[in-house]
Amino acid sequence: MNRRRLIFGAATASFLLPVAVVAAEPIKIGSFLSVTGPASFLGDPEKRTLELYVEKINAAGGVLGRKIELVIYDDGGDANNARTFATRLVESDKVVAVVGGTTTATTMAAIPVLEDAQIPFISLAGGIEIVEPVKPFTFKTPHTDRMACEKIFEDVKKRGFTKVGMISSTAGFGASMRNQCLKVAPERGIQIVADERYAPGDTDTTPQLNKIKASGAEVIVNADFGQGPAIVTRNVRQLGLDLPLYQSHGVASKSFIDLAGPAAEGVRLPAAAMLVAEQLPDDDPQKKVVLDYKTTYESTQKQPVSTFGGHAYDGLMLLVRAIEKAGSTDGVKIRDALRATKGFVGTGGVVNMSPTDHMGLDLSAFRMLEIRNGNWKLLY
Amino acid sequence: MAPGTRTKLLVLGALGLVLLLVPLLLPSAFHLRVAALVWINAVAALGLALLMGLAGQVSLGHAGFMGIGAYATALGPKHLGLDPLLSMGAGILLAGALAFLVGRPILRLKGHYLAVATLGLGILVHLVLVSEVPTTGGPDGIQVPRLELFGIRLVGPELWYWITGITLLLAAWLALNLEDSSTGRALRALHDSEIAASVVGVDVARAKLVVFVIAAVYAALAGGLFALFNRFVTPDVAGFLRSIELVTMVVIGGMGSILGAVVGAALLTVLPQALTLFHDYEHAVLGLSIILFMVFLRQGIVPGLAALVTRRRPA
Repeated sequence: MNRRRLIFGAATASFLLPVAVVAAEPIKIGSFLSVTGPASFLGDPEKRTLELYVEKINAAGGVLGRKIELVIYDDGGDANNARTFATRLVESDKVVAVVGGTTTATTMAAIPVLEDAQIPFISLAGGIEIVEPVKPFTFKTPHTDRMACEKIFEDVKKRGFTKVGMISSTAGFGASMRNQCLKVAPERGIQIVADERYAPGDTDTTPQLNKIKASGAEVIVNADFGQGPAIVTRNVRQLGLDLPLYQSHGVASKSFIDLAGPAAEGVRLPAAAMLVAEQLPDDDPQKKVVLDYKTTYESTQKQPVSTFGGHAYDGLMLLVRAIEKAGSTDGVKIRDALRATKGFVGTGGVVNMSPTDHMGLDLSAFRMLEIRNGNWKLLY
Repeated sequence: MAPGTRTKLLVLGALGLVLLLVPLLLPSAFHLRVAALVWINAVAALGLALLMGLAGQVSLGHAGFMGIGAYATALGPKHLGLDPLLSMGAGILLAGALAFLVGRPILRLKGHYLAVATLGLGILVHLVLVSEVPTTGGPDGIQVPRLELFGIRLVGPELWYWITGITLLLAAWLALNLEDSSTGRALRALHDSEIAASVVGVDVARAKLVVFVIAAVYAALAGGLFALFNRFVTPDVAGFLRSIELVTMVVIGGMGSILGAVVGAALLTVLPQALTLFHDYEHAVLGLSIILFMVFLRQGIVPGLAALVTRRRPA
């Protein structure tokens, strides 16, 4: 609210001082986020991040000598609301670009509106269908599930294994990652010897794990987030299975270690650099960016940093950079500048875009971690 | 409160006037989009208003029928290569048939068994839409193909404003006629006293069933229109919260009132858009206004205001 009042104040002031009008006309950036509803754990840090950094950018003089005005709507996780708000951003607010779209569903619903209006759109959602096939004006910052699979399989190969037993949840994230893993396994020379599934809310997965044991799998890969992975992890140890266990980036929060307890020891997972900011070697290109974001966020918001807010940081910075490079707020010019992004270091990784790659991340964006002594240990 | 020809003309005239005035006053595509959403929601709410007002029954899973209409429109062209309009028709028939199957045994019973049965039905539909990922696209939703009629692409908020608006007008006209028909009279009789109605020869179960099927058909029609207009559907359209929203529209607008359903739909669709200015307090303001409406206009907005007007001019 304070920020809004500030902008309002600034707008009024510039109205009263006609001399300042031209210089102070703000650049409008729009956003629709799932700040409330089931995806609020993603949307809330995204909103805080956008507001925090727009304020910082404006305090430092803005972009192209103009202030940024941020218009944020809360879609509550409803795709239809997202589409309505996207229309509103285009028609009523006349924004020059959009950074938002917390979930894949809200993003996909808004894409046709923003594409029709030729407004550059940087999505904060994970789904690979957002940028595949490539759409002229749509970009995204977070890693995809497919990259998590590839990172895991890369590590599996490194350890000299090829036979993987998959165990995944039937719900949203687990199901989508399972599909991606099955798809990339042959390309990576990995054989999926078991493909077991459990329903969200299941409290025991030992039958599925016994089947994996019988299948001759050399490693176990679990695709899920929330309670499920903790249950699988404990079950694996209870059964005394001596197979390396991989979790996905979906468990990359302290609560997983708390839930799984000592059973989590030795579990490996791909995760963003943010999780191990302090452990990154000093020559790591991401170290400075990630640590800066982390300290800024935690000192102002009084809550622990999450990778999701980082996606919003990356989206906003990519856009600001593109506007500066384009030297204009024209949609097509900003799009061209976004596409030409090379070597942008964000919290999610080093971004190199191209006309055929609107995400621009490679596997180096994921770090391989192992849980040791109840904490994350950066492997590489 | 049998609607005479005069009331009928008054209601339709009022609706038609609003329909003509909105694009003149609010010409932006965003406003027209919200207005089209109002008309679509109003069609669904209208059916429910008939069910609640005339048959005295509640459907707590009405969004399930909307979901059937919407997903039929989306899935028919994708999996069976059918024309979207044809798929929409099939979806409407399916929703009607389902309502018939569910309603036939249940509406023979007295009390609010229908509410419980539809509650289950709505949750079931939502569950199928969420979990059958290969068919329905799951929680991430599914694209709906553009509607083409005689080689003309039907796109753009202005066009859909008129398509949905005229559909609403037709739906309202049919609903008014139903209220005025023998089924409508039978229903009003049984609303007052079920025993008395059955004594004078009203087939209570059949009359209720007719309204329930009509309500389901209206909801499926709204769902289909929504899918074609939005060109993207997610299982949210069939969610439990959406069902509650529809019931709220009817209750706020005034049960059994045709105009009330439209006003209720307008309020619940437009208010969240208007309240984005108070972003942080949006839900509180929305909840508070619903409470205030219910406290001060207990019969709903339209009947409540109508009563106020008639009381004010006793002379």
